[in-house]
Amino acid sequence: MSETGRFNTTNILVVGTGGQGVMTATEILAEAAIALGHDVKKTEVAGMAQRGGVVSSHLRFGAKVLSPQITPGTADVLLGFEAAETMRWRHMLRPEGLVLMNTGRLVPPIVELGLYDYPDDPVTAMRAAGTQVFSFDASRIAQELGDIRLGNTVMLGAISDHLPFPAEVLEGCILKRFAHKKAALVELNQRAFAAGRAAAEAAAKAEADAGCHQLP
Amino acid sequence: MSIAAAITPPPQAAKRRLMSGNEAVARAVWEAGVRVAAAYPGTPATEMLEYVATYPDIYTEWSVNEKVSLEVAFGATMAGSRSFCAMKHVGMNVASDALMTMTLTGVKAGLVIAIADDVGLSSSQNEQDSRYWGRFAHVPLLEPADSQEAHDFTLAAFEISERFEVPVIIRLTTRICHVKGLVSIGERNERAATGFTKDVNRWVMVPSGASRRLPLMFERERRLRAEAENSALNVIEPGSDRRVGFITSGPAYMHVRESFPDAPVCKLGFTFPLPFDLLRRFAGKCEQLLVVEEVEPLIETELKAQGIIVSGKDILPLIGELSPQVLKPAVARLLGEPVSAQAKAVPMQLFPRPPTMCVACPHLGVYYTLSQLRNVTISGDIGCYTLGFGQPWNALDVCISMGASMGMALGLDKGRSDVEKDQKIVAVIGDSTFLHMGMQGLLDIVYNRGNVTVLLLDNRAIGMTGGQDNPGSGRDIHGKEAPRVDFATLVKALGVRAERVHVVDAYQLPVLLRTLRAETKIPEPSVIITNQPCVLIKDYHALRPYRVIEDRCTGCGNCVDVGCPAIHVTRRDRVRKASGREVDLAFVRIESAACTGCGLCLQPCAPDAIVHVDALATPIKVIRKDAELARTPQDV
Ligand code: SF4
Ligand code: SF4
Repeated sequence: MSETGRFNTTNILVVGTGGQGVMTATEILAEAAIALGHDVKKTEVAGMAQRGGVVSSHLRFGAKVLSPQITPGTADVLLGFEAAETMRWRHMLRPEGLVLMNTGRLVPPIVELGLYDYPDDPVTAMRAAGTQVFSFDASRIAQELGDIRLGNTVMLGAISDHLPFPAEVLEGCILKRFAHKKAALVELNQRAFAAGRAAAEAAAKAEADAGCHQLP
Repeated sequence: MSIAAAITPPPQAAKRRLMSGNEAVARAVWEAGVRVAAAYPGTPATEMLEYVATYPDIYTEWSVNEKVSLEVAFGATMAGSRSFCAMKHVGMNVASDALMTMTLTGVKAGLVIAIADDVGLSSSQNEQDSRYWGRFAHVPLLEPADSQEAHDFTLAAFEISERFEVPVIIRLTTRICHVKGLVSIGERNERAATGFTKDVNRWVMVPSGASRRLPLMFERERRLRAEAENSALNVIEPGSDRRVGFITSGPAYMHVRESFPDAPVCKLGFTFPLPFDLLRRFAGKCEQLLVVEEVEPLIETELKAQGIIVSGKDILPLIGELSPQVLKPAVARLLGEPVSAQAKAVPMQLFPRPPTMCVACPHLGVYYTLSQLRNVTISGDIGCYTLGFGQPWNALDVCISMGASMGMALGLDKGRSDVEKDQKIVAVIGDSTFLHMGMQGLLDIVYNRGNVTVLLLDNRAIGMTGGQDNPGSGRDIHGKEAPRVDFATLVKALGVRAERVHVVDAYQLPVLLRTLRAETKIPEPSVIITNQPCVLIKDYHALRPYRVIEDRCTGCGNCVDVGCPAIHVTRRDRVRKASGREVDLAFVRIESAACTGCGLCLQPCAPDAIVHVDALATPIKVIRKDAELARTPQDV
């Protein structure tokens, strides 16, 4: 993971729009980092996220974290909950950084009104700009599992193999949240997590097969 | 590593929690034995009181505005109870009248005021630096840099407040309020109220009394400066690279430390009054000095006035947040080093995603209706309805601060030019905003015979900040039932004639339009109250959703103009009419999973293409489709 000054930190940027569970996902990632004894800082840029605005959630962890914000060009992983929003934050990534992206789209009223265009193919646009992108339709996976809200867990599953600690730690933190709830819910989240992992893995393989990039 | 081993926290972390700055302040307020806490919500300060309200043994309230909240806190300290009050930066403008006299009386039990500055303007009408209030009111001001300090400085603030009998300001910024970090916490230190002692010389500020207190205030400031000189909140961190020494406060410290790990830093936590001796000692150890502060050059100006040579805003921006990205090149320039041309990734070109109103928001119909009117100037206010200035409504012409829609409307009326004599003036305000500062403005409109039509959008909540309660919602901060103000009665009491007061359903567009047209024609004050709840609160009940029958949709796009985020365009087309005129068509679909069945969008739909989804046991809404009025844009 990247070095910022003398402090060795991992920088994860989670992005999407209000109401997608971006902040909860970051919170769970933070819990996992705390469980492993890291210092952690987490901040959002979410002016009016509740009103459908842009959300970007910064997570930094390591031995000692000072600034809560990720400096542009230094994010290790960009976890994108929405296609265009992932594009919006690409410049935050360090050159060798990795994008994990939900291809699901949320088209805002301003585009519906015909005032702006939604990008035709965000994945290709980002690749053309030289970014390594693992993409998959997390929204559809969640819906197929029965609830769009599982998208959150799917995304966490996707990032779990790209963290400086075992995927099981993250899964443990997710399941802890549901521990006091119905067993069915725990199981559903387990499946969503596994599905996310598989999706990211498949995307990585597709990317490698296409020969565009080396696996990290 | 097994899961169990991984998620069991290490023992020394037992009392450490991941907390936002707001959460940490609230925790400290509880630990400090505070008995009374009051606030009016405002981003980024809102959560402070929400967290305080979750702790036992503290009386908490949403006050109608920040001035009242400070007065409540002040009353409690006179009664010998530690008290707390929180607000966003613009809130202190409202509360300042009380503050400027409190600085003379002083306080008895500790009183701490947390002010949250929205540095970077994530959701405010301005970016003001609240640290000025320390200097202006001659009260001590502390600046924490992260959650842990927000906690520790709050506890320290209560000690200082009590020892010097003065209210203490803690200045936070968005980057503290909403940043989560690990915080070591403690337990509550219970304190009984010591009771009120009558003393007219101290508590009654008539001119003679106040003038006797003025010298005491300056004497106190002298003692406070000595306190700041020795305070553990001001720290010098030596460094090996002495070419630039940094003087910094608040979250800016984190950026400095991260960017220049080897530089000497004077980190100021107690920044009013400033510890000049300490700063002089620090200056002696560095080749040159740079003051790094958000946002205005307060420390810089004071140091310069003391004859200490520093750089500051001559090389750093006066606007917005600081970051390593901003600091590093600025310091390189200061040192005459080549500015490393960082291979900066450029953001990709993309549509903006401005905030929009919620699916089925009762304000949608109001702004849609307003957008259909001609010859109207709309004076707007702070809150969700501010969003009416955006697409597709473009139905808000002015907006500056809480409650100002009323006064501005009267001014627009009285100051109009001859050309605008037929212009209708409409003022829009929300329930909470009306109670906060709007009532006085309406009274002024009535008293001075203004020709203004007021739209009072009562949605029973403070929608913008997340649906908090107010005297119009019928609930208190704990969600318990509370007396609910009757807005119709209230505006009549302010002098609006009963015939000029109407309560309408925000979802009945034809009624709304008819009422608006009628009332704007009558040259006297009228109030139209809409009465549907905000969709974020529990009073709101979703109904059976709608869908679009594809074959019937003519692509007129009228429903898109309502602005509901559940409506999506599936296909666009351009056709030439028989008249030769070209029209753009937009065929739509409704995302039924998001639609709550409010019935707004079907009212302007001429071909009745919008219908309920079939066969569901959910209740449906009966919408009066008064076709003529709803469909065609009308002049008032
Ligand atoms: S929060 Fe309430 S008032 Fe604000 S846009 Fe949403 S529904 Fe409307
Ligand atoms: S009925 Fe129309 S306006 Fe109302 S929520 Fe559904 S789509 Fe939105």
